[in-house]
Amino acid sequence: MFTRRQALLGAAAAAMLAAMPPLAAAANEAEVAALPREKVTLVAPPFVHAHEQVATSGPKVVEFTMPIVEKKVVIDDEGTEFQAMTFNGSMPGPMMVVHEGDYVELTLINLETNSMPHNIDFHAATGALGGGALTLINPGEQVKLRFKATRTGTFVYHCAPEGAMIPWHVVSGMSGTIMVLPRDGLKNEKGEPVRYDQAFYIGENDFYVPRDEDGNFKTYESHGDSYADTLEVMKGLIPTHVVFNGAKGALTGDNAMKLKVGETVLIVHSQANRDTRPHLIGGHGDYVWEEGKFANPPAKDLETWFIRGGSAGAALYTFLQPGVYAYVNHNLIEAVELGATAHFLVEGEWDDDLMKQVEAPGPIPVN
Amino acid sequence: MHLHLYEAAVGAAAALALPAAIIGISGEPRGPSLHEVRPTVAIVETVLDYPLPGEFLAGGTPAAAPVENRAVPAFHVMKQQVSLADYGLCVADGACDPADAAPTGADVPVTGVSFLDAEAYARWYSKARGQTWRLPSAVEAAAAAAERFGGESFSAAADDAANPSVRWLRRYREEAAVKRPADPEPKPRGHYGPNTRGIEDFGGNVWEWTSTCYARTTLAADGSIESVTDNCGVHVLEGRHRAYMSNFVRDGKSGGCAVGTPPENLGFRLVRDEDSMIARARNWLRGAFRSAMADTV
Ligand SMILES: [Cu+2]
Repeated sequence: MFTRRQALLGAAAAAMLAAMPPLAAAANEAEVAALPREKVTLVAPPFVHAHEQVATSGPKVVEFTMPIVEKKVVIDDEGTEFQAMTFNGSMPGPMMVVHEGDYVELTLINLETNSMPHNIDFHAATGALGGGALTLINPGEQVKLRFKATRTGTFVYHCAPEGAMIPWHVVSGMSGTIMVLPRDGLKNEKGEPVRYDQAFYIGENDFYVPRDEDGNFKTYESHGDSYADTLEVMKGLIPTHVVFNGAKGALTGDNAMKLKVGETVLIVHSQANRDTRPHLIGGHGDYVWEEGKFANPPAKDLETWFIRGGSAGAALYTFLQPGVYAYVNHNLIEAVELGATAHFLVEGEWDDDLMKQVEAPGPIPVN
Repeated sequence: MHLHLYEAAVGAAAALALPAAIIGISGEPRGPSLHEVRPTVAIVETVLDYPLPGEFLAGGTPAAAPVENRAVPAFHVMKQQVSLADYGLCVADGACDPADAAPTGADVPVTGVSFLDAEAYARWYSKARGQTWRLPSAVEAAAAAAERFGGESFSAAADDAANPSVRWLRRYREEAAVKRPADPEPKPRGHYGPNTRGIEDFGGNVWEWTSTCYARTTLAADGSIESVTDNCGVHVLEGRHRAYMSNFVRDGKSGGCAVGTPPENLGFRLVRDEDSMIARARNWLRGAFRSAMADTV
């Protein structure tokens, strides 16, 4: 019979466990420990934390901290309330930037006030379901994951707990992007350096909000309350909202992105769940890494580029004309009716050579 | 997991004093919408070896669930799972949300119910009966399930602390090996028969919610518990094997199962604490028993 003296673990098992090296004790642990460390404070999209485009030093350990925040947000101009799940409080989660060969060290915190287990799957990482198998934490827990950034490009990260929870958490807002830059920076198809003046991160969200019998969007007291109805809408595969950065109008009006003629922008666009096709109305993609992977030469002069669901792409463009530019998902129904529109406000001098209204509108002449 | 059960001497004595309680069809007051009294089974005080639920870490790596020797005070448990029809009475009273279960004329257990639904039913049923009914804790479910208790089917311990994939691959193979064809159709109550305690259908295709929260426990080098983080947004279900599900989940296939095929259906049965007078007598007996045993241990 099992007695209290043998309770918990047998002595042999306990001794064996004590003798085991901790998981992180890899062969190169001393080398990693010797690397310089940098602590980065993340910023909310569409902005990107300050970073070097060309690394001025060797590899380092880059430390990030992200709390997971479950919260109710408004996702459109009709006041539709949505039970969101977020990395760092924003939809999408913040963009992280490191260089190839750096180590990403993330402290992921599941706030005590949250109701569900969460984790993180980095498409940029190798093994353990992108880190998902090593990062599943409950409310009130935190975990620290380190992975080596071995491939360059823009890569989605997202929450991936178990089963039906995975798509639900993702379409509730739990995705973001990490950009791994080549140590010597971005290059065009000829291997010549290309640089940007500013980087913006646009995360596209597809939301599936249930409606009541009258066709009005329903609101719920909690995430759990919304789950069953939301799952039914999700299974129909037709989103009720397709928006940039968590809400219709999140990147328009006061929040429109501001630039000047002659400035070069890097637009990183992610979609963690569904295909999309960004288009800059009146502009182009000078260099576009459609798949977002910098080891491949960029495509040039694109009108519209394709972002596969579950990936992030990057487009580089130098604004040549001032004005208001709409940046849309060129499924125009999704852009106009469902919300997938952002604006760039560009100031500067107009270039008549590129475009001129030769004759103002007027009556059709009669001969 | 081998389960070693024995009745405490006091439990057996108390049970002998209350033969009717073994069958458990006691004359309880009727609730307003309850047409018949649901049979219960009295579970006498039990001591059992019980694999603790949740996840365990030792030295930063996953460890096997420790087995504790636990005394479970006596309680009454429903002989059968709560039926779809009984649950429907609560829905008709406006106290429960409809279950995600296909309507049927057959006497099947309610399925497609979340932890929150089960709690709502317990509140309604308690009020209707003028008694305190609740979900069993996981250890009470183990005591009631007796030889049918599944608990943890496979070890969650790290096989190689330096290589977590060894455990993942082992678990995958173990789970694949026990995969059986899904049989989600709820069977009429009694289909899976009684266990040695006369409790029906435990370990069938309806997993049962418990009141026990999921927890992650950190073990010290000597195997003692260093810290516990409870997550009461997730509760333990017992059945053929143990499962952990978010409180609002009604569909077992949502995942969250530790091992094996995901639960086919989520349902529940309720328990009730023993009447206070009997409990007092039992406690007195237990105290006397313990002091008598203290010299011999
Ligand atoms: Cu999540």
